[in-house]
Amino acid sequence: MTASIRNRLIAIALLIAASVFSLWPRQVTSRQLGPDGRMQDVTIDRTPLKLGLDLQGGIHLALEIDESKGAVANRSDAIDRALTVIRQRTDQFGVMEPLVQKSGSDRIIVELPGERDPERAKEIVQRSAFLEFRITDMQGQFRDAIPRIDRALARAGIGAAGPQAPSTTSPLQGLLQTDSTGADSTKTDSTATTGGAFSSLLFQGGVPGEYLVPEESYPRVDSLIHLPEVEREVPRGLSLVWGADPRSQGARSFRPLYALDSRALVTGEQLADASATIDQLTGGAIVRFTLTRAGGRIFGRETARHIGDHMAIILDGRVQSQPPVIKSQINRDGQIELGNATLREAQDLALVLRAGALPAPLKIVEERTVGASLGDDSIRKGITATIVGAIAVVVIVALYYRFAGLLAVGALLIYGVFTLGGLAAFGASLTLPGLAGFVLSVGMAVDANVLIFERIREELKANKTTRAAVDAGFQHAMPAIVDSNVTTVLTALFLFQFGTGPVKGFAVTLIVGIVASFITAVFVTKTFFLMWLEWRSPTRELAI
Amino acid sequence: MMRLFDNANYDFLRIRRYAYIVSAIVAVIGIGALATRGLNESIEFTGGSLIQVHATDSTITIGRIRSALDQGGIESAELSTFGTAQDFLIRARLLASSVGELADADSTARAVDGALAATFGADHYSIERVEAIGPRVGRELRTKALLAVVLSFGVTLIYLTIRFEWRFAVAAILATGHDIILTVAFISLMNLEITLVVIAAVLTIVGYSLNDTIIVFDRVRENLHKFKRSNIYEILNRSVNETLPRTVLTAGTTLAATLALLIFAGQVIRGFAWVMTFGLITGTFSSIYIASPVLLWIERKWPGEDVRGTRALPSQRSDPPAPRAG
Repeated sequence: MTASIRNRLIAIALLIAASVFSLWPRQVTSRQLGPDGRMQDVTIDRTPLKLGLDLQGGIHLALEIDESKGAVANRSDAIDRALTVIRQRTDQFGVMEPLVQKSGSDRIIVELPGERDPERAKEIVQRSAFLEFRITDMQGQFRDAIPRIDRALARAGIGAAGPQAPSTTSPLQGLLQTDSTGADSTKTDSTATTGGAFSSLLFQGGVPGEYLVPEESYPRVDSLIHLPEVEREVPRGLSLVWGADPRSQGARSFRPLYALDSRALVTGEQLADASATIDQLTGGAIVRFTLTRAGGRIFGRETARHIGDHMAIILDGRVQSQPPVIKSQINRDGQIELGNATLREAQDLALVLRAGALPAPLKIVEERTVGASLGDDSIRKGITATIVGAIAVVVIVALYYRFAGLLAVGALLIYGVFTLGGLAAFGASLTLPGLAGFVLSVGMAVDANVLIFERIREELKANKTTRAAVDAGFQHAMPAIVDSNVTTVLTALFLFQFGTGPVKGFAVTLIVGIVASFITAVFVTKTFFLMWLEWRSPTRELAI
Repeated sequence: MMRLFDNANYDFLRIRRYAYIVSAIVAVIGIGALATRGLNESIEFTGGSLIQVHATDSTITIGRIRSALDQGGIESAELSTFGTAQDFLIRARLLASSVGELADADSTARAVDGALAATFGADHYSIERVEAIGPRVGRELRTKALLAVVLSFGVTLIYLTIRFEWRFAVAAILATGHDIILTVAFISLMNLEITLVVIAAVLTIVGYSLNDTIIVFDRVRENLHKFKRSNIYEILNRSVNETLPRTVLTAGTTLAATLALLIFAGQVIRGFAWVMTFGLITGTFSSIYIASPVLLWIERKWPGEDVRGTRALPSQRSDPPAPRAG
């Protein structure tokens, strides 16, 4: 064996070893949510070749700041903070490789490969998780303001629409007071404050500052309290907040509306930890939380001042359960009752509370979800197509070029190892179009070999010796191989730059495939030829 | 020993007019389809939502899904089966945001899920795939796709012009342009949906077709130096013939791969596979029947003198068998 062949073989062996190494299963550790609701490290063996979302299933989201409910002051700062919060949330999500990244200046991309429950994923990513504790309107200032609100609405020409009136109609202007009184008189058991457009829709609730709105009037009241005429009359220092869940009393369902101090005692920013559990007494899910030291000091001081008052726990602008009375000073530990939520929901809430609140609401501008079964199906079919395609190519090449064809088939196998190893080494994901690109590149990888073999045939026909023909064949085929590979790589680069997930996967596979095919054709196949030339009996002709 | 087109000596240039006619017919049919039907842009570009549903209950049909959607208040949804009778694609416009709700791109998919669950029960079907694209993202994706097409084409041309002289580059451009027109015509004719992946297929075809042409032109360049006494007509014909085994064999192996994709790789990738298969055929056709004749035409119109001043002139030995144009 000549030194040149030996060096070539060593180089090939190293390349193969590197490819195999980059494909070798290794241990991957991720933090996952255990059955007890705590995070735990899970370690498994896994091939580093990543599968795209379209193959393993999962969810891809693009989010932007939602300004439909009011402008956000510092957008770029908000998006950066949102990125950090979402990253913390997805890190605890329980998928192997969550991806959270900024795209452009105002968009966040979230990818959760392998996630089976897209609704839950979206809920966790999108939830604002803004937590506040506020004292209810203990002095009844809002109740005193209700007649003024009625008068203000009457001045604005908005009359009463009784609870029985269809809530979908436009504000019924000029309806008589008697109309609403009539409606009220049908519910003699209620403690409704009678009167105008607003008061006729409200009933006194069970704790100070709590009002009950019949479920069917909820949309109307919601639109009324956002009218400027009403907002002006709400006493300074108070704000109106809806309850999270409707409450049934007898046969009717009511939505609680709370008048609360505008000022929060503490917010979720002061939260140090949160965990979910089931209340032994009620059987309902609760989230226990612990405040930071500083937060605990503030909370302790404030609750000491408000003993005997009712405190509302507000999450994302909705009051959770009926505000309990403060019996004694509360320091760092507390709990949020979630009514009839499941433990899973409570765990998710604890998760988002731990990660912190989003600085601004986010809306989904793009979603791509692939179910796990479709992904499995795609993998199966993609692999079938790859195998069938590869076998067809191998048969064609081996039949047509015989011995040289077999050398090319050997090179093709090495090509496959190089390509997959390269994909794993670059951390690229294999997508369905990527798999198609791989099949395609098997077909095209042969091209370089074909160019060389055809050239060798021509040289042999020109009566060159076998060795000279092989040398000349490789040499003369080179410009064509380089030109054709460069054009394809250029195309693939632009696809990579402008493509989204699956198309990017296609582009990467194509690029890696072309590089691998170039190396195998001009280096590996040539080495095979050199070895054959070395070992053949001198009279033996090349079967090509 | 297997030899295809060994010592082939076809007069490809002679039948160039027939090739033009074939291409023109396909192009005219395709452009007709394009004009009447337009292109079927996917929701990736128009914005909207696509929901792939797999029914585990064999009594679920398109008709029942439509009435379920009607009851759920989802109007003007487009329904089709997808691969099997149990798989359905639902395409719908994005719902306008309702009061108090965020205008999420996925709201339509949620509404569709709700409507189906209400009618069939949640365990009689599964949602296999959801794509929901907001209008702004759709516009961006369209811009990006256009940029990718234009830039990759542009840069490839610049590379060609550097590697070859401009006559070759122009001929290669025209041949590739021919492939793009025919492929778009094919897409319109087959009513294939234009997705990002299909655009990737078109670009790959552009690359493949250029490859094919480049390999012929490489040989032309070489033969121009080698056979200084032959005229351009002979050299072009000789080059096409000499590269013919390679052209056919590579087209054959690649076609085997794309056919495997078309048959085995499933419905999701089928549009891609169709475009690749057709593009492969037209790309091979154009590098034989379009690129070289166009180069001949250019050489006759603007004779090149940079390599050797006489190449467009008939050689003394043999006159080209082709009739003169006109």
